[in-house]
Amino acid sequence: MSARRKRTRWLAPAAVLLALAMVMSARAEIALKERRSGYADLGPETKAMQDDDTANPGMLWALDGEALWSAKTGAADRACADCHGDARASMKGVAARYPAFDSKLGHPINLEQRINLCRAERQQATPFAFESKQLLALTAFVGKQSRGLPIAPPADERLRPFLEAGRAQFNRRQGQLNLSCGQCHDDNWGKRLAGNIIPQAHPTGYPLYRLEWQSLGSLQRRLRNCMIGLRAEPYDYGAPEYVSLELYLMWRARGLPIETPAVRP
Amino acid sequence: MTDKRPKILATRRDVLATAGSLVGGGLIGGLGLAPPAVAQTQLKSPASPMASAIRRIVGEAKLKPGKVKLDVPPLSENGNSVSLRVSVDSPMTSTNYVKAIHVLTEKNPQTYVTSVRLGARAGRADISTRMRLADTQSVIAIAEMSDGSFWSDTATVIVTLGACLEDVT
Amino acid sequence: MARALINVPAKAKRGEIITIKTLISHVMESGFRHDQFGAKIPRDIITSFVCTYNGEEIFQAVLYPAITANPFITFNTIATESGTIAFMWQGDNGFSATETVNIAVE
Repeated sequence: MSARRKRTRWLAPAAVLLALAMVMSARAEIALKERRSGYADLGPETKAMQDDDTANPGMLWALDGEALWSAKTGAADRACADCHGDARASMKGVAARYPAFDSKLGHPINLEQRINLCRAERQQATPFAFESKQLLALTAFVGKQSRGLPIAPPADERLRPFLEAGRAQFNRRQGQLNLSCGQCHDDNWGKRLAGNIIPQAHPTGYPLYRLEWQSLGSLQRRLRNCMIGLRAEPYDYGAPEYVSLELYLMWRARGLPIETPAVRP
Repeated sequence: MTDKRPKILATRRDVLATAGSLVGGGLIGGLGLAPPAVAQTQLKSPASPMASAIRRIVGEAKLKPGKVKLDVPPLSENGNSVSLRVSVDSPMTSTNYVKAIHVLTEKNPQTYVTSVRLGARAGRADISTRMRLADTQSVIAIAEMSDGSFWSDTATVIVTLGACLEDVT
Repeated sequence: MARALINVPAKAKRGEIITIKTLISHVMESGFRHDQFGAKIPRDIITSFVCTYNGEEIFQAVLYPAITANPFITFNTIATESGTIAFMWQGDNGFSATETVNIAVE
């Protein structure tokens, strides 16, 4: 069977299943009007921590990111600022529309991967390791430029299969606990689990300062925490499964304002 | 490299040992009572680390409840970071001011949280910080005044364990 | 990454009580944690924080392992005169950091 025939063979039944899945999952999804950020569930002290840039520990990373933005680096001896100028203008809205489709790679990439691609291709520098201080700092700095703007995943048809893969992952039972993301975050948000309020799980403030980590961390770190919590084996950082899930989560949170760098328990 | 594992602030052995001495000193029974009884009971049980620490600060003087306001959330979102604020009712003049503020915990493996030195130049005895609490426990703030008197306030914070931990073990 | 965030009003009236907020990046390793082999992770904390106003000490704090990572400390002082407010943190393993801000008092 030719490769093309293989690809198209499942299109028709898949389209039906997709429509079905969309109808089925649409029932469980949170109504657009009812969506709210995890910020709403914070105690007053933690809210104050997030609201005050001089009390928000995440700002320490954003400050470092600002320094990295202007630092020449790599064999090309180029700073982000050399191409992108003032981040306040050039990076405004960027974090709100990531993950985005990368034409060369043929699949979506998240903001961290975009930064690393720039480092490798434009600055000829070694990409930063995931969860490294520098990558977190730059992502926090870039993300902060979108603070207050609504999450706006691109209306790019090429993203659709990845969006659906993310949605399927969100609703699929996983791990020894055999739970899906949706069972907690669509069906039981607002209720308590071991003393904590279950949030709706919208990635409005990533990378964020998590009190549990006592450090800034990325959305993928949080997703790995969740999977470990389910006693499922987490994917490696940068795995396509995470990017698809990120894409779905951003689509699910469309319209909610970005809070980067947020503070969460 | 950032350490992503949850904190183990005290082993079960530490907590049980401290709890044992506290029960012996009547502190757990005293928690339901007004602050003066708590402070006095603590002073009567020298085995408790918190009581020893208080004695080291206060010496032979009497620790009186009042003038101090300790603000902590009754239920902390995460024991790793609990906001606290201590404000002391004092005119903060050169003859009548708060010399120092001490914050102690009941069940942490180390009793002290912070000791702060103030003076009349502060204008207002009002400090804030964030602390770690290993378990549900009481916290005490002691203000040392310029006239040698000691005042205090206590509060209890409930600390729960987060639902989805990072560690596989 | 020993970065600090200081919040001091740039201007104040003479005699006004101002609130100073400080935040410094530091892991504040308590010394009570164990790695997966059961070995204790050694303590690495900031132990003291001193603030001076034109050279005179206005605030001092001794920090213990119970202070959260990235210590956040706020306190008050009377704006007496224009000048420099200096902040100094010291800790284990020779840790030392300083920051200064200027204040204009009218």
